[in-house]
Amino acid sequence: MEIATIQYKQCDMAKVTGRIDSFTAPQLSDTLHGFTDQGRYKILLDLTDVSYVSSAGLRVMIDIQKICKQSNRGEVVLVCVPQRIYETLELAGFVPLFKFYDDVSAAVDGF
Amino acid sequence: MSPKVNRVIKTASFPGRYDHLIKISEFVTQAANNICFKDDAIYAIQMAVDEACTNIIEHAYASEGQGDIQCTCLIRDNELTIILHDHGKPFDPSRIPEPNVFPRLEDRQSGGLGLYFMRQMMDKVEFRFDPPSGSDPGGNVLTLIKRKEP
Repeated sequence: MEIATIQYKQCDMAKVTGRIDSFTAPQLSDTLHGFTDQGRYKILLDLTDVSYVSSAGLRVMIDIQKICKQSNRGEVVLVCVPQRIYETLELAGFVPLFKFYDDVSAAVDGF
Repeated sequence: MSPKVNRVIKTASFPGRYDHLIKISEFVTQAANNICFKDDAIYAIQMAVDEACTNIIEHAYASEGQGDIQCTCLIRDNELTIILHDHGKPFDPSRIPEPNVFPRLEDRQSGGLGLYFMRQMMDKVEFRFDPPSGSDPGGNVLTLIKRKEP
């Protein structure tokens, strides 16, 4: 798995490529905590090129969302979520907990 | 008429480490491809096995590198049976609470999803613990079955 990060004025983006499983989820967690540890709570997670997300990946996403949404200081939004991963989010009951966008610019503008 | 797959058994042993989850996934995918499962079904099988192996490492072995996971794939004409065998602590699925799927963020716990996904993805999920006996170290035996859609 690879993660590329871009800092926008409004938010931070993490673009993930590959599998998010128990082996790679800690790396994703570290990246996202890297934003929140600096007091940056508006995060865009681009999942265009993610092939698989296990419950370990979902745990990271929900944990960071809880941190970001505290005191309405920010949130994590999901961009270009592949259909299978959207279905996994649906199965876990996670869909109501995130905003979804079909492209990065709309997501950035949404902040 | 293409020959029917009667019964094929493939077994492999993998280190109980997260960096081997992908290898286990490749192994069961090859088995599933023998029966020409649809892509969605293969993804479901990959997910169930990944979650199962993660649970073995986390709960049965309590951490990485504590033991192996033996994976046996029994390939029949329209059904794939995957048996995962470890030599760790007994895993009692009844002690894992169902995840709450309520929409409120603050109510969401992050545990229990793995087992829940396994049960959603596979047609049958069976747990058994064989206590040690003589030279047999015993262990958990998890059977996952996926039937091919007609």
